Amino acid sequence: MLTFLAALPLTIVIGRYRFAARRLVLALVTTPFVLPTVVMGTAVGASLPDRWRTGVPAVLVAHAAMNVAVVVRTVGLAWARLDPRYADAARTLGAGRRHVLRTVVAPLLRGPLVAAAALVFLFTFTSFGIIRILAGPRHPTLEVELWRRATQADIGRAAGLGLLQLAAVIVTLVVWQRASRAGGVGRSSRGLDELRRARGRGERAAVATVCTLTVGALALPFARLVQRSLRVGDHYGLDWYRSLRTSGAGTTRALKPFAAMTTTLTNALVAALVATVVGTLAAYAIAGRRRGAALLDAGLMLPLGTSAVTLGLGVFLAFGRPPIDLRASPFLVPAVHALVGIPFVLRTVLPAIRAVDARLGEAAATLGSTRWRAWWTVELPLVRRPIMAAAGFAAAVSLGEFGATSFLARRATTTVPVAIVDLLGRPGAANVGQAHALAVLLAVVTAAVFLVADAGDRQGW
Amino acid sequence: MSVSPTGLEVHGVTVRFDGRTVLDDRSLYVPHGETCALLGPSGSGKSTLLRVVAGLLVPDAGRVIIDGDDVSDLPTHRRGVGMVFQDDVLFPHLDVGDNVAYGLRAHKVPKAERGPRVAELLALVGLAGFERRTVTTLSGGEAQRVALARALAPRPRVLLLDEPFGALDHDLHDRLVAEVRVLLHDQHVTAVHVTHDPDEAAAIADTVVRL
Repeated sequence: MLTFLAALPLTIVIGRYRFAARRLVLALVTTPFVLPTVVMGTAVGASLPDRWRTGVPAVLVAHAAMNVAVVVRTVGLAWARLDPRYADAARTLGAGRRHVLRTVVAPLLRGPLVAAAALVFLFTFTSFGIIRILAGPRHPTLEVELWRRATQADIGRAAGLGLLQLAAVIVTLVVWQRASRAGGVGRSSRGLDELRRARGRGERAAVATVCTLTVGALALPFARLVQRSLRVGDHYGLDWYRSLRTSGAGTTRALKPFAAMTTTLTNALVAALVATVVGTLAAYAIAGRRRGAALLDAGLMLPLGTSAVTLGLGVFLAFGRPPIDLRASPFLVPAVHALVGIPFVLRTVLPAIRAVDARLGEAAATLGSTRWRAWWTVELPLVRRPIMAAAGFAAAVSLGEFGATSFLARRATTTVPVAIVDLLGRPGAANVGQAHALAVLLAVVTAAVFLVADAGDRQGW
Repeated sequence: MSVSPTGLEVHGVTVRFDGRTVLDDRSLYVPHGETCALLGPSGSGKSTLLRVVAGLLVPDAGRVIIDGDDVSDLPTHRRGVGMVFQDDVLFPHLDVGDNVAYGLRAHKVPKAERGPRVAELLALVGLAGFERRTVTTLSGGEAQRVALARALAPRPRVLLLDEPFGALDHDLHDRLVAEVRVLLHDQHVTAVHVTHDPDEAAAIADTVVRL
């Protein structure tokens, strides 16, 4: 609910107006969503006064900030694509502004609204990183409880909780899929050209205010995070950052934050590569074939909804003991990351493939191209950008993956998100300072990867 | 409202898009109950003029007067105009009956009167009994008839038709033109009909204006 309230004004603006910085604002709002949940949790924690640092309000704020993007992108973009002549028709029939909104626009946007709600529910329901950091001990969620039991070797109960959660996730995914299929109704063929510019001083000011306030509110926790990462005792300095290189000088355990960064980057590279190849092939399979396509589509979306913890537990149980023991393999973590990244690749590449006019290939064939040549010379150039964007998304996902990794990573292969939570859990200003510094670095890398990828992606989802 | 309806008057309408003048000091007079065809190639501003009359577009200059009332400053929904779009633009979330009843609801016509009025209009366009059909199951010709019934339902003072038969095949096109001509005259509606087809303009209208 909080998410919807926070997102409402910007949704309207994005849905109704076009303006110079529209793409930039969209990208900025989306950034908290793709930033690692651990970073989000740390940032919100860092910006709240001590008394509020943990507990239900902190958790709600963090989730709302993260999911504004989901609502704005799903509902706002659908609104922008709505054929404006439906509203015109209603107005010539005697409907006033509010009447049009209630009887035409709202029903036509019902699909995207429900879809957005389902996604927000899903992400909040399966959220782990944020809750680990902000929830405190008195409000255990399903997710954290699952993790706690698993780490305390209560595998039977943990698996039970995992199944329960899986069931809820599948139900939500079905709702989401139905709703988003209904979202195509009333699409304008002419696309975004119809959006009007804000007229008059009042409207322009309103658009600017909404954009500034929303982006500002979302940026605030990160600004605080950066500030606190630079605060050493009673002065400002780069001490925490420097201490990252010298293998956790202030700590007694042999945790090496800098090594964690290398591991994380390698993981992201491998995971992005695997996810992009597999996801693109799957997208072609889904776009090309009728039978089983819907099932494959839903099946590959599952990792998006399944909580990462459940996934980690599953992998742990499946490959964690003889005859197949892969826990020591350096490829286990990147492989799991790739699995989590596949849905993102699919959602980015599939619309692009579907948008390619089949007649282009036919035209190439009549000009004497083989199928393969036609694909290489005509279709690939058209879908190249979305595929690159998909690789970026997959890399961003891997950079921030926490839930599954926290099960699977060993000390030598620790990733940055795991290291952050580990550091936050220990007492002492040095540990917290290092955690903040690491979170800033991770945020910068992820945001850079995402913004580059998003700039390459025109379709979006 | 004046005592006797005088039809539609458009005075000196000028519209510019990004510095390009689409309509320059254009005037138009359609006597009450007559049909006027606006004829011209695409880009000549005929649809733009229609949108100005409907109030969907605010002109840079000019007045619109309907039956003696200056409606230039009124929003679309209070002008008493009806519009049929190029392709039907039926509301996909409502069935045929609810589409036709939409304008009646907006004008707060009591429920008891809405049903008979919808039935009457569907009969008028030759689609009696179509109330509960979903709009996606209609053929192109049927959908356009429903759109016409929907526009006529609230008894508009001026009916605006924006190339309503453009997307139909030849035979259907000619049949509908003939039907609509009779229908507009029987209903005694003031109408502006936009088209790029001179034969269609001659067949349907009392007067033809070239843009």
